[in-house]
Amino acid sequence: MFLDEVRVIELPCSTTGVFRDERETGRRSFLGLLAGVGAAAVAAVISLPFLRYMVYPLHEEASRGQWFDLGPLDQFASTAGPTRKLVNIQRLDGWQQTVSQQAVYVTHDAEGSLSVLSSVCPHLGCSVAWKPETAQFVCPCHGGCFAADGARVSGPPPTGMSVLPAKAEGARLMVSYSPVAGRSKVA
Amino acid sequence: MTSFTKPDGTLSSLGRWLEQRTGVLSFFRSVIDESIPGGPRWAYVFGSGLLFLVATQFITGVALALYYVPSTNSAHTTVAYITKQVWSGSFIRSVHSYGSQMIVVVLFLHLAQTFLFGAFKGRREILWLSGVCLFLLMLGMAFTGYLLPWDQRAYFATAVGTNVMGEVPVVGVFLKRLLRGGDEMGTLTLSRFYVLHIIVIPFGIAAFIALHLFLFRKAGPAGPPEPVPRLSARPFYPRQFAMDAGFAGILMLILIALAHFAPVPLGPEVDRSSAAYIPRPEWYFLPLFQWLKYWAGSRAIIGIVVIPTIVFALFALVPFVDRGSERRPRRRLLSTSLFACVIGSLCLLGFLSRRDDRSDRNVSGQLAWQNEEERNYMRQPFEPTFTDVLASAKEPPSPLLLAGQGIFHTSQCVFCHGEGGVGTKAAPRLAGLASKLSVEQLSALIRHPNPKMKAGGMPAFAGSDEDLHTLIAYLQSLQ
Repeated sequence: MFLDEVRVIELPCSTTGVFRDERETGRRSFLGLLAGVGAAAVAAVISLPFLRYMVYPLHEEASRGQWFDLGPLDQFASTAGPTRKLVNIQRLDGWQQTVSQQAVYVTHDAEGSLSVLSSVCPHLGCSVAWKPETAQFVCPCHGGCFAADGARVSGPPPTGMSVLPAKAEGARLMVSYSPVAGRSKVA
Repeated sequence: MTSFTKPDGTLSSLGRWLEQRTGVLSFFRSVIDESIPGGPRWAYVFGSGLLFLVATQFITGVALALYYVPSTNSAHTTVAYITKQVWSGSFIRSVHSYGSQMIVVVLFLHLAQTFLFGAFKGRREILWLSGVCLFLLMLGMAFTGYLLPWDQRAYFATAVGTNVMGEVPVVGVFLKRLLRGGDEMGTLTLSRFYVLHIIVIPFGIAAFIALHLFLFRKAGPAGPPEPVPRLSARPFYPRQFAMDAGFAGILMLILIALAHFAPVPLGPEVDRSSAAYIPRPEWYFLPLFQWLKYWAGSRAIIGIVVIPTIVFALFALVPFVDRGSERRPRRRLLSTSLFACVIGSLCLLGFLSRRDDRSDRNVSGQLAWQNEEERNYMRQPFEPTFTDVLASAKEPPSPLLLAGQGIFHTSQCVFCHGEGGVGTKAAPRLAGLASKLSVEQLSALIRHPNPKMKAGGMPAFAGSDEDLHTLIAYLQSLQ
């Protein structure tokens, strides 16, 4: 410990000896301060374009909900359990226009009218699957369970499954799907 | 430093804590107190300038990698996305591109200063050799980075560059195929160049910079070539530091100004079938490019391999050849004049290359046309590629469009306007343009070309009205 102290105290020595001069020391620390402030200012100015560059994708317009045709209404009238349907979602994914598939479930709510559920689990976004043997939706990730109408039964999910905006057009069932709505907590 | 030291210059408790555990403060002290024989000079700023530029390349390179995808499907699109779409994307790409050219300039100045001052003397052979390795690695960075945008310029320059490598006896063809990932340039070439550019060579550069700095600190600054009194030595900080910082600031201002006022263009995506394209390498490879022109046939090996190897070996082994203790350039006439000869020849070759291009009217016309193509491409808005993950088959072209394409060929439109109406230097691009005009406007122009079109050699269409409409349907379908 004592030896360490000695070495530390000897630090400011230099070969030329100019640093022992007090005025020189003052000027040096002032210049150091100036260099530090200058570098910080330059870094701030330079980092602006970099920040803009990095946040660019966050500002791209979120794709608005598109309406998808799920088929004739009478197809869903008789079914006992929920029916799985796929919608083809077009979106701008960075530099490419993509089409990807998302599953939705057509089911009957408590009053017996049709409703369309997003298959995205409201907990952490895994894909929920219908299990006919237990007549429940089960999330494969953390075991969340939902009733046939999408209401939460058990497990970590905070709410029931998201109900997507749906309407009848002519005799066909239409659903509006947007990636954002799929994860929002629509009670 | 203020929080680590007390006003009287001794360490504060925080400073002592850190120093006892890391030694970083005494290291920092020894760096800024480094004694420079003869005092600070502007001639010594190039090394730290290079360090600054390499750091800039590293930061802008990481930013570019954020959006870039190295495959033939995506490389050009993603660079176009960066250049045309992403905020400040063109600026960052331009800083990266100009930064690479500036490294070549400052690297040369650093090398020239070291050579002329005889600063490689005095047990600094390995220091010099590590610098030679860095020089090669930097050229490797320039070569591999040039291909990545996958535009016409990039593709053909790299095709030529790798073919030159193929001329090397015994191992050349194998090296060329290894680098390309096969006989042809393609998506494997891109990923190989990308890995070299962002992983392999950068690790090498980092390692050799560390070695270079370590050896530099071991040997100490060489100082000026002429003998100077011992007492004239001054510490690195503050005056040499201020000069270094000032030089870095100047480099930065130049980079920012260039990137802002003259952004680097991106050309159209590579069209491998285009026979007319004349590739030209980056300006610092022009002397080498010109040199290769003079060596044809069986003598090529002398020009491509033997002479460059001799010149490079001389350059790499300078500290073992120029061994005397004399450092003043005027008293090392042989070294100095050899150096001047090499620099002079490089400048002359570069100049001759430019003159050859200017004096040949076909070449200069085509080069101007290529630049015009780049400007045209830059004016077009970014278009996202369509990726159908459902993989539905593309619709086959309708019989009407096929018939229209037939007329486009039989009426000889294709010779001037190019396959698919992409345009050549003889006639403008039709794809994308025709769909903006009405059928009436187009049929009027094709039947009765305006004076400007006539002057360009456009004949009036003589076919039937039905053929004309079929042709117009085809033209409007072109994108």
